[in-house]
Amino acid sequence: MKLLVLVKQVPDTATQVKVAGDSRSIDVTGITWIVSPYDEFALEEALRIKEKRGQGEVVAVTAGPERAKEALRSCLAMGADRAIHVNDPTLEAADTLVAARVLTAVIKQEQPALVLTGRQAIDDDMGAVGTQVAEMLGWPCLSWVMEEAIAEDGTRVRAGRQVEGGLEVFDVPFPCILTAQKGMNEPRYPTLKGIMGAKKKEIKDLKLADLGLASLTRELEVVVLEALPPRPPGRILTGDAKDMARELVRALREDVKAI
Amino acid sequence: MTGALWCVVEDDRQGEPKKVTAELLGEARRWAGELGAPVEAVWLTDKASAAGLAQLGHWGAERVWLWEDPALAPYRGEVWTPALAALAQKEAPRAIWGAVTSRHREFMARLAARLGVGLAADCVAFALADGQLVATRPVYAGKLLARVRWRGAPGVATLRPNVFRPAEPDASRSAAVDRQALATGSASLAFVERREEAQTGLPELTEAEIVISGGRGLRGPENFVLLEALAKVLGAAVGASRAAVDAGWRPHRFQVGQTGRTISPKLYIGCGISGAIQHLAGMRTSKVICAVNKDPEAPIFKIADFGLVGDLFEVVPHLTEEFTKLKQHA
Repeated sequence: MKLLVLVKQVPDTATQVKVAGDSRSIDVTGITWIVSPYDEFALEEALRIKEKRGQGEVVAVTAGPERAKEALRSCLAMGADRAIHVNDPTLEAADTLVAARVLTAVIKQEQPALVLTGRQAIDDDMGAVGTQVAEMLGWPCLSWVMEEAIAEDGTRVRAGRQVEGGLEVFDVPFPCILTAQKGMNEPRYPTLKGIMGAKKKEIKDLKLADLGLASLTRELEVVVLEALPPRPPGRILTGDAKDMARELVRALREDVKAI
Repeated sequence: MTGALWCVVEDDRQGEPKKVTAELLGEARRWAGELGAPVEAVWLTDKASAAGLAQLGHWGAERVWLWEDPALAPYRGEVWTPALAALAQKEAPRAIWGAVTSRHREFMARLAARLGVGLAADCVAFALADGQLVATRPVYAGKLLARVRWRGAPGVATLRPNVFRPAEPDASRSAAVDRQALATGSASLAFVERREEAQTGLPELTEAEIVISGGRGLRGPENFVLLEALAKVLGAAVGASRAAVDAGWRPHRFQVGQTGRTISPKLYIGCGISGAIQHLAGMRTSKVICAVNKDPEAPIFKIADFGLVGDLFEVVPHLTEEFTKLKQHA
């Protein structure tokens, strides 16, 4: 069974991101890059599926500029068998449709049974690409998946998606797409052996032309990217717990009318 | 382009529209005049009550496009998407807005792909530039704001709950109901079961107007009862920091921050949370922020409107007591 995992390279969660001089993108100087955490849950799940079934192939795929290769190297170190990098500098500014079109083209070439990805990348926070790829392929998709179990005959997966107030469980036939929500698993750390082994694994470098794609038009344009307006300075209360509590409740009610 | 502004109805699964639908309609009406666009509701459901349909009219929808069919529950993208996409291709709306909820989040993404148009998820504001809508949305979990515009129509978006002012109901208004037949297709997603979470009696984290969150300062899962007691008095949701979630004290769905939920409640009270950057990103767009922490240097105090420097084990019970008194007198 071939399992494809779509990943995106994003700034580390501890990074203080700043707007670049063009006012439309971020300043990448000094940023530590990671695999988007939800994509790590997806990769971990793919590795577990392969281990449980005792066979299969896990392929990590990304679309992004040259540095995105490092994200694939991390996936290979975690245990992915090989990787595909759609390498194009313009993909840095891709909207969800552009990203989905590129990844759809890779999936059509690879023809996996199951595609896993994170429920969103933690940079532009659209949470749409996995779903949009499914729509473009005409495949079923389940979003925010918390658990999955593949049927023994390998034709479908039973998966539960997180919804308000509970979990909705569906049987989904292959081929299909699942997007991973936090809580699905605990991603493993790469071992030293994994890191060394990753250097010998293949990262296939594809250009847009290799996928039969010309330049792609964005349907959503960033007009401006800006820092949040600073919050006005607050009031600090100290002293007796009861007095502080009383003053806070009074202020919330009378001064800011929050309750 | 004279297309309508379409607001997709989010309902309570019992036939009534939820409050967030009033927020969508309220925001759509705000721009309807300048754009010369009618405001219409779009409702896909297995059950639409007469009162619910009337409510949409009171909130300012001039028309309701209604699909009422048992096959629409529970939500399945491959059933909902072709239905609305076909009507959108016929009616050419200017915009299609959903709410940031589990269903709409996926539905709007899938719809945008089918229509080949741009999607702006999790919008918190709209403006007009050159006669076109421009949306503001937090990115990097709220560390930055992006203003975005669509190249074509309809511009598909999801709107964050609790941010937009809900439409004032006006009982003199009513909506024409235009019933649509659901084309019978072959859906491959087969529903198995719904497993309910243990009922807390508290609202959903992303929909709550007041959120009380706990962090490492709570010292253990058992102490969240302190926050739950306060939450009950205020009708608030209880959230948690990543530290508390990763320690296994609370399930993941309660996490506030970059790898959890990004929220904008009217009032946020963080207890025993120091304020890691990824947590602050997830809640700093709240209207009023209160923080209770022993450490006067805690980063959360830098963005708090009210910072209480003290032991949460002493302060929180007093807060519960004071809010209870307030509710009794109200």
